[in-house]
Amino acid sequence: MLNRLNKYLGGKKMGYILNEEQNSLVDMVEKFMTNEVKPHVAEFDITGEFPKELYKKAFELGLHCIDIPEEFGGGGVDYLTAAAIYEEIGKVDAGFATGLCATSLALKPVLIAGTPEQKKLFSDIIIPGAFGAFCLTEPDAGSDAGSIRTTAVRDGDEYIINGGKCFITNGGVSDVYVVFASTDKSKGLKGLTAFIVERSRAGITVGKEENKMGIRLSNTSEVIFEDVRIPVTNLLGKEGDGFKIAMKTLDLSRPFVGVIAVGIAQRAIDESIKYSKERITFGKPIAKFQAIQFMLADMDIETEAARQMVVHAIQLILANKPYSREAAIAKCLAGDVAVKVALDAIQILGGYGYSRDYPVEKLLRDAKIFQIFEGTNQIQRVIIAGQLLK
Amino acid sequence: MNILEDYKNLWVYIEVVDGKAKSVGLELLNPGRRLATINNEKLIAVVIGNDVYDIAKIAIAYGADEVILVEGLEYKEYSTDGYANVLEKLVAKYKPSTLLIGATNNGRDVAPRLSCRIKTGLTADCTGIDIDEESGNVAWTRPAFGGNLMATILCPNTRPQIGTVRPGVFKKIEPDFTREAKISREKIHTPKEEIRTKLIECIKETSGELVNLEEAKIIVSGGRGLGKAENFSLIREFAEVLGASVGSSRAAVDAGWISHINQVGQTGKTVQPKIYIACGISGAVQHLAGMNSSDIIIAINKDEDAPIFNVANYGIVGNLFEVLPVLIEEFKKIKNDK
Amino acid sequence: MNILVCVKQVPDTTEIKIDPITNTLIRAGVPSIVNPFDAYALDLAVRIKETNGGLITVLSMGPEQAKAALKECLSVGADKAILVSDRAFGGSDTLATSYILSTTIKAIENKTEKFDLILCGKQAIDGDTGQVGPEIAEHLGYAQVTYAEDITVDGKIVRVTRENDDRHEIIETQIPAVITVIKTAYEPKYATIRSKMAANRVQIPTMTSGDLDIDLERAGLKGSPTKVKKTFTPQLKKSGIIIKGETGSESALKLISLLSDARLI
Repeated sequence: MLNRLNKYLGGKKMGYILNEEQNSLVDMVEKFMTNEVKPHVAEFDITGEFPKELYKKAFELGLHCIDIPEEFGGGGVDYLTAAAIYEEIGKVDAGFATGLCATSLALKPVLIAGTPEQKKLFSDIIIPGAFGAFCLTEPDAGSDAGSIRTTAVRDGDEYIINGGKCFITNGGVSDVYVVFASTDKSKGLKGLTAFIVERSRAGITVGKEENKMGIRLSNTSEVIFEDVRIPVTNLLGKEGDGFKIAMKTLDLSRPFVGVIAVGIAQRAIDESIKYSKERITFGKPIAKFQAIQFMLADMDIETEAARQMVVHAIQLILANKPYSREAAIAKCLAGDVAVKVALDAIQILGGYGYSRDYPVEKLLRDAKIFQIFEGTNQIQRVIIAGQLLK
Repeated sequence: MNILEDYKNLWVYIEVVDGKAKSVGLELLNPGRRLATINNEKLIAVVIGNDVYDIAKIAIAYGADEVILVEGLEYKEYSTDGYANVLEKLVAKYKPSTLLIGATNNGRDVAPRLSCRIKTGLTADCTGIDIDEESGNVAWTRPAFGGNLMATILCPNTRPQIGTVRPGVFKKIEPDFTREAKISREKIHTPKEEIRTKLIECIKETSGELVNLEEAKIIVSGGRGLGKAENFSLIREFAEVLGASVGSSRAAVDAGWISHINQVGQTGKTVQPKIYIACGISGAVQHLAGMNSSDIIIAINKDEDAPIFNVANYGIVGNLFEVLPVLIEEFKKIKNDK
Repeated sequence: MNILVCVKQVPDTTEIKIDPITNTLIRAGVPSIVNPFDAYALDLAVRIKETNGGLITVLSMGPEQAKAALKECLSVGADKAILVSDRAFGGSDTLATSYILSTTIKAIENKTEKFDLILCGKQAIDGDTGQVGPEIAEHLGYAQVTYAEDITVDGKIVRVTRENDDRHEIIETQIPAVITVIKTAYEPKYATIRSKMAANRVQIPTMTSGDLDIDLERAGLKGSPTKVKKTFTPQLKKSGIIIKGETGSESALKLISLLSDARLI
């Protein structure tokens, strides 16, 4: 009986203060993820095969376009509810959440700098059920966006794009890319420009797919552009706006990336609680030992703190206030917390935690990337220090 | 206008299927007898069908003081319209004070149709029937809220008082086939145009296993603890050795591991076997509502806090995948020794 | 095809607990859900609509908060939702409830079209009576089929796959008909983000007794021939002999020796 009571209370967490309707959306996603996706995650993590059918089901629910405004056919879900939704998805699989969230990442430059026609163009590709990809990173340009070598050369009423992008989430499965290329090398960062590039354009090759440590249910690939011609109408904003657009996009995405990491941490806690109630050592469940209780409490403190930084950053965004520092804190803290809490979960599960037959070692493998992509946690600290020392 | 005093005698509807009386109707003659005696009334069985005279005689053997028999080709198969019409006409003519109907699918199909037509009270799925001392009305006791709550219901102002009762709640009395009693034939015809449903096809379970849970003496039941559909083979094997029927909790049915026809519980079947063996079943209230009246309950579950252990006569806290194979082997040996 | 599905908002009875001190139900904090059997009925209605076209209306008798359940129905395929609610309906048993619902159905039909099919779940998981569906059929004078697992409609002919205790039947009837639905073999359809948000925004109309051609003597406590004398929580048997802390085979052998001592074997 007590188990059922706990299960119920667990469902009504107050991390996000949402109204009944928002909660019903989150509950719906939780149910979907638990019933339709969770049973298959381990299998896809082992094989690394792209779970096309699972994503298709997620598309049917509309999980790929919750951030697209309603007027363009998307869900138009508010940021707070969207964060709660991504956390639920992240709890079941961070890779799956990343795959869906990355489309939103590609959407953001279009929402920030695009014309209504461009927003419609992008939405019309995504909504029927497709992925988008944000293409900034190159082999020689990770944190250092100024070193981008991909070029975009104006030719009449077209641009010609040449270059190679790597570590692109959804690179191999997208129907539309948002590509950052240099229209003027001499201007460095100020020469970067953003473009919408449909997959259907000639000259696009998907290169190597990364065999990743974790988030294996998401696709991460090289994308190579060889004399890819796009109309001038695909230029987002103006030439030279690219860096600003990229930074604003990454700023805005940070809380959502962070919240997926919060999902990982929460899952680690949930698995640890479950195990510690069942595992009997020295005559009682290990949950009765303070050593374990204190570990669980610390895991919870850190996870809730990270979650609340996400919520706070979102509240600043919604209040139209500056949020770069808070978004960076949220992403950085969440990534660090996810790794630590996953490590703790493995420790609590002991030998079983180390085994691939139990779900927690995967959580550590999934968590690590959240200290690396979407701006390394070192870059986050640069941003935060930058704000402090202004 | 119903004048309550005009209504006398306790009726039990004897449902017929495949030309035989369903056990539940005969079971209800047991409490029927008790209540009829308290109220100084006659216990009358109602039999509807085609060529079912013999069933009337069986009803007498199981305790009926009288039988009302309605036969007709149109009643060979059950139909809501046909049977509701017969019962309505009989009730109007004879005015019984009480009518007991077995809570089978067909029983629960016709009872509310009838009670609504004659504007009287119906209490469904009763697990207990008594006479309310204060008022002399029948006190119907039944589970609600998935079995979490019991309610005692009265129908004080209208007649007849109607209740459906689950199979297996009461036991048949020892039959006396030498007993004789009056069998009245009533001629009630329902024209074809008035029977609006047609039985096109009847598909029986072909799995070969005994699915008549409600009449089973031993039941082996599987639940969520089995983990997957294939593991029901363990349950089936154990059931076969014991000559038992296979049951299931709702969780296993919802997971698609076994048919709803095997489900024991509040929204499944109520069973009353001598021995009920629950394997990997936690014992949610909804399940208990369906098997709590078993004589002996044996439970196997790895969770020592599982509520099933609150009702089990014998329980094993352990891994059913280790326990069951040993039980199966041992029972095979015992069977071979006999 | 014009389909009406009767829907009830119920507490999730799998989450209900008993207060060990007062021995009463703890209802606080128990989530309210669409009665699962009504959800199956709605799902069948959606499938019929996919094949035959038409409109689905969901109707519920209950308090204002039942609108949340109706919105849930709108998000998975119902086209219209109506709540019928009135103080005078309080305390209704199944006869009174089915009477109220039938008069509401007639009132709705006066304004729109007649319904071809009326679907209900086989029973509500709080009341557990299974009576309202057949009683609505009786009030309306329609044919009824209960315990349906599947329904197909071809013109005026309705074919129902019906569970009957230990067997399945195929029953044929004609429109208009009332059909009660059990758990079907179909996967439940999920709402989508958009359909849920759209459903959340719908203003659901409430009909009251003033909108109905109703005899209030037949509603509420007055119209209820059955009365609850008392309620109590079921007493569980004393627990018996529990074997624990042994290996699987040791436990099994111990059980067998206990059973044979008790002469059960």
